[in-house]
Parts: sequence; C-alpha cells; structure tokens
Amino acid sequence: MALLEIENLHVGVEDEDIRILNGVDLTLDTGALHAIMGPNGSGKSTLASVLAGREEYEVLEGSIRYDGEDLLELEPEERAEAGVFLAFQYPVELPGVSMTNFLKEAVNSVREARGQEELSSTEFLQQMRERADMLGLDADLTKRSVNEGFSGGEKKRNEIFQLAMLEPRLAILDETDSGLDIDALQSVANGVNKLRDGSRGFLVITHYERILQYIVPDRIHVMMDGQIARSGDKDLAETLEEHGYEWIREEVAAAA
Amino acid sequence: MSTSETQYLEGKASEDYKHGFYTDIDAETAPDGLTEDVVRYIAHRKDEPEWLLEWRLKAFRHARDRIDGGETIDWAHLDYEAPKFDEISYFSAPKETASYDSIDEVPDEILETFERLGIPLEEQKALTGVAVDAVMDSVSVATTFKEKLKEKGVIFKSFGEAAKEHPEIVREYMGTVVPYTDNLYAAINSAVFSDGSFVYVPEGVTCPMELSTYFRINEAGTGQFERTLIVAEPGAYVSYLEGCTAPMRKENQLHAAVVELVAHEDAEIKYSTIQNWYPGDPDTGEGGVYNLVTKRGLCKGDNSKISWTQLETGSAVTQKYPSVILAGDDSVGEFYSVAFTKGHQQADTGTKMQHIGKNTKSTIISKGISADVADNSYRGQVKVSKNADNARNFSQCDSMLLGPDCGAHTYPYIESNNPSAQIEHEATTSKVGEDQMFYCHQRGLGEEEALKLIVNGFCQEVLQELPMEFAVEAKELLDIELEGSVG
Ligand SMILES: Nc1ncnc2c1ncn2[C@@H]1O[C@H](COP(=O)(O)OP(=O)(O)OP(=O)(O)O)[C@@H](O)[C@H]1O
Ligand SMILES: [Mg+2]
Repeated sequence: MALLEIENLHVGVEDEDIRILNGVDLTLDTGALHAIMGPNGSGKSTLASVLAGREEYEVLEGSIRYDGEDLLELEPEERAEAGVFLAFQYPVELPGVSMTNFLKEAVNSVREARGQEELSSTEFLQQMRERADMLGLDADLTKRSVNEGFSGGEKKRNEIFQLAMLEPRLAILDETDSGLDIDALQSVANGVNKLRDGSRGFLVITHYERILQYIVPDRIHVMMDGQIARSGDKDLAETLEEHGYEWIREEVAAAA
Repeated sequence: MSTSETQYLEGKASEDYKHGFYTDIDAETAPDGLTEDVVRYIAHRKDEPEWLLEWRLKAFRHARDRIDGGETIDWAHLDYEAPKFDEISYFSAPKETASYDSIDEVPDEILETFERLGIPLEEQKALTGVAVDAVMDSVSVATTFKEKLKEKGVIFKSFGEAAKEHPEIVREYMGTVVPYTDNLYAAINSAVFSDGSFVYVPEGVTCPMELSTYFRINEAGTGQFERTLIVAEPGAYVSYLEGCTAPMRKENQLHAAVVELVAHEDAEIKYSTIQNWYPGDPDTGEGGVYNLVTKRGLCKGDNSKISWTQLETGSAVTQKYPSVILAGDDSVGEFYSVAFTKGHQQADTGTKMQHIGKNTKSTIISKGISADVADNSYRGQVKVSKNADNARNFSQCDSMLLGPDCGAHTYPYIESNNPSAQIEHEATTSKVGEDQMFYCHQRGLGEEEALKLIVNGFCQEVLQELPMEFAVEAKELLDIELEGSVG
C-alpha cells in the first residue's frame, strides 16, 4: 500500500518568484526504502522540507498524500505526530536545551498522538540508553544540550538517534551519511536496517553510493532541476558513481 | 519569522497575571507621607530600641533633603513617573497581632493566601532543607525550622526581632555595606524600613538548610521597605532565597528594599531571588509594582565569596544592581541574572563588581528576554582599583527578542586602574530562530512547547545556579510567563 504519494508537485519560495520543484512524482510503499540522488541544488532538501511542512516553501501545484490523507493540510508538529520524521541535512543547535528534556517532550507528544501513555522517566531513560547503545552513540552526548558544540558527524548520529527514539512511519534522511566516518556510517546503516521492519517507509537522500551498499534501496530516483529525471533499481547508483549525472541530462534533453 | 509565529510571540502577553488576587485582612496604616512623625510612629509601633530610632531619624533627614531637593533618577533606561513620596503610606501591619510563635497561630486567611501562591506552609514544613520566614505586609507571621537552626547557632529572624535581641550584631553591620546616603531609595528605606530578615551564621558553620523568605505587598498605596542583613563569619556558608509575588492592585506600588551581605574570611553567601510582582495591566502597564532595590555584598575577608542569582519576571519597573565589593584578597563575586519583560514592563538591571583586593575574580552572566513592547536593559560596571593586582572579570550579556517591538540594551562600564587586570566582555542579541522553532516542530512540539524549551535553554546557565528546590519553580514561572493564546 502506498505510504506516500507525491503527484505533480510544484514548489516555490513564499512571496518570491522562485521555483524549485517543477512537477515531482513519487510513490513510496509501506515497507519500502527509496534513495534520492541528484546534483547540488536540484531540489532534494526542498522536497524533504516540504514533506516536513516548512512554511517558507509554497506548494503551487500538485498534491501529497500520506497514508491516504492530504499531508499538506497538517501543521509541521501534526505531521511529526502522524509519524513523519526528517533527519536534517543541517541539524540546528538548541543552546541550553538538554537532550533528555527535548527528546522526552518529543517522544511523549508523539506517543500522545498515537494514543499511547506517556513514558515514565525510568522507562524513557532506559529506552534512551538502549537506542544510544544500538547506534554506538556516546552516552555523554545525550547529557548535553541539543547539538550544541556537536561535531558534524555527532550531529548526524544524533539525528538517527532521534529517529530511533521516535520510531516514525515515514523517515526522510537528508544526507545523513555525509560527514560520517566509516564506523558511524555502519552504525547508522545498522540502525536504519533494524527499523526496516516492513511497517515504515524511508526516503534516503544521498550523494554517495557507499551508504547504499549497507542500506540497499528498493528504488533510486535522480532529481534534476526540480524533477525526478530518472528512476531505477539499486544498480543505478553504481552507474551514477561511474558516469556522473551529465548523461541523464543529455537523455532528458534528447527526449524533449 | 513566519506570520503565525510572529503573531503568537506578539500575542502571548495576554496571559493574565496568575497571582493577582487580594487578601482582605484589615491593616493598620500610617498616615501618608514621609514625616518625622511617621518615622517615630513606625519605631514606636515596632517597640524599637532608642538607638534604632536615632538611626532612622538621621536617615530620614537625609532622605527628606534629597526629596525636597527634587532629586530624580534619570540615568536609567526607564520611562515612568517618579513615585509621589508624600502620597505613600510608609507602614502597614496586619491588625490582630504583630507576630506568631508557631504556624498554628497564623490566621487561616493568610495561610490560604500562601496556598494560592503555591507556597503551602504545611508542605514547606515537610520539605526538608527549607526554612520559611513568611512576611505578610511588613510583619513576620511565621517561622519554621527554628530549632534546627538554633542547634547550629544560626540566627534567622525578622530584622525587627534581631534589632531587639542581637543589637550588638545589628549595630555593627547595619548600613556598613549600603549606607543610608547611598541613594534616595536607600535613604527612604533606612528611615522607614518595615521589616525583613536577619541572618547570622557563626564561624565555621554551614547553614543546614536553604533559608527562604516570601514577601508580599498587600495594602493599597503602601510602600514596602524590607531590609535584609546577612552576616557570614569566617568559614561560614549560607544560601538564602527570596521569592516574591503580589496581588493585583490599581495604584503603583513602590518597593524599595535594601539588602546587605557581609562575608568574612573563607565565608560564602549565596543569595537567590525569584521576583514575580504584579507587572501592571498588560495593555496599558498601569498599576504595576515599582521595584527599586539596593542590594550589595561585601567580601570583607580574604578568600570570601558572594554570589547573586536572580530571576526577575514581574513588576512594572525594575531597577536593581546587586553588587559585590571585593575587598578581601582572592575573593570572588558572581552575578547570574534572568530578566524577562513583556507587556509594558521595563527593567534596567545589572551589577557592579568592585575589585579592591588582590587576585579577585568576578563573573557576570546576564540573560534578558523581552516580548511585546517591553524594554530590557543590562547595566553593569566592573571597577578595578589601583592595588587590585591580577583582578579578573568575565561578563556575558545575552539578549533575546521575542517580537519586533520590544527592546534590549546593554550598557557595560569598565574602569580599570591596574594594568594587570583581565576583563572580558561578551554580548549577543538574538531572536528565536525560525530554524530552531521548525526543528522543534518537526519533533512534534507545538509553538508554545517549542518556545518554552528554547527560552528555558537560553536561561539555563543562570537557572542552574538556583538552589535545586527552586530551579523547578523558576522554570515553571518562566513557562507561565510564556504561556498565552497561540495565534
Ligand atoms: N528559501 C529559499 N530561497 C531561495 N532559494 C532557495 C530557497 N531554498 C532553496 N532554494 C534554492 O533551491 C535550489 C534547491 O535547493 P535544495 O537545498 O533543495 O538543493 P539540494 O538538492 O538539497 O542540494 P544539495 O545536494 O546541495 O543539498 C537551490 O538552488 C537553492 O538555492
Ligand atoms: Mg540538500
């Protein structure tokens, strides 16, 4: 069943004459993991932001259905509560806000939306320890302020840690693999694979074929100039690694 | 910032003052105006020793001269009408009795008041580690934990009692840190001070609990003039917390307290304040408390330490600069402050660190948050004397603006007369970032929750300096301040 159906999505920047997405079509089934690749500035993060509900972007045309419902109707926090999670390309620092407080509020607001009871402090702390262990996240990081002074790689790991804590139904990873060392890459991949239990969908935005060796995608899409220019199976990543994006551009031009 | 967020941040001031109610206890009130008769009346009512009356009268003449000379305080970044000193009543006391030996004697009405403020005395009693000296208007009404303190030789009583029972200590220190000539409000306070707290910790004693006092202003047009004196003998330690909240009133209420701290060799005094007085009508600013306070500590002995922590969320006008005179060698002064202003509130607050001894060290961390049309200023002075070799100061002043119409200002003054001094000053002004808000929303947090987290985080460095028992209360207070209709 389709978890996410994006149809003919056109997106611009609010109050400005800028168009970034020019008719994106993409369907993600429950249980599936799709990768999105494509050159810098082609609109990958914009798509992720629109899915998460960032207000600076304006949907000019098209639709997004999530679980059969109109996703665009929901506020960002309602989307999060409905199970949409975005691992940010550039995670934000929240000075003085403790990881524990932040995550506890987040986890409990998502649980409440699902009709689950709040976790007790003990349960919560235990879950935190477990998930941090699973991802090889230094326990000290969970005692600090959210992302404050974290290294680039630590911030990325922290995004996956939050993903593991919130157990979303739709997880969007925006270049989570960039800036990770090899060990971190493996533990992030392990984390994702553990959550790949057939009940969720994943969109993994990446520039590198390497992560796709650990997290094997069901499908790969190439975003160019705000459109999905080409889709293929996992082998497409290798072709891209070898030949770059230019040939796709030429193909698209020839077809037009 | 997106429009809905801006609307929300602008609109949140509409939160009504949560502690705005009024207890109808009959009060006896002195005639309005600052006269010698009033001073004598107060001393008489309180059955004070002669020396204290003489002291008051000296201060009175000084204050009278300054008022008659038309003195105004116009250097602060504040815009308000100066109190009309001759239309203020300078003393009021609950009618029945002046003080109580035990909580059982306190009228139910008063106990209920405290309960509504979330400070049930019964609960406080059970809360180990907290002694409560409740001041209703100007007279002490209840003191607990006296026994435990007695064992250690710690004296914790109302200023009035102390003047009678320990005149030698009170006379030795009173007015030595804040002389009555210090400023107009200190002069008025010295003439007509109502009551307050007195703490004395003997040599080598660590006070076994947090000492805490709640003050209330409860009479129409009544000035409230507490006076607090804390003395820590060599090697002593004491942590004192003052928390305030006041009922909703129409007239402006003047609150001009004086707090004096004296720390001898190796002694440490930690003084924390939570101030949540009525800020006035959110739309007009009318009727709020004028909080004009003189607080100063003297690090008299070598290696002594005085630390001020304050969370200022209330009052229409706040003007206070808790300061430290670092006289002893190797002494340490600290100032941690959060000032939150919204509606029409104005705050001009900061500190003064005066380095006199060698190797003295001071730290200043100030966080100002403003919303709506409120104004928030930090004013701090670091002064290094000629002989204060190796003095060090670090100051950090951060301001956060929650809307387009509020103001934040920083006025750091540095005066160094010794070339070995190291003085560092950092200042930032920020808005709550849309990125930060979005990050929180993406994790399922709504506008209000997100804002609370971010603002609490901003203040964390200061809040963590509060005694544990009160850090939670302080966070709650900030949350209440931030609550409002989500736009
Ligand atoms: N708020 C905005 N205002 C103006 N232009 C924007 C805005 N947001 C995105 N853009 C532009 O839209 C284009 C797509 O940006 P986006 O961040 O989606 O690219 P990307 O595919 O994620 O790139 P990268 O691989 O470098 O992360 C870029 O040209 C970018 O400059
Ligand atoms: Mg991107």
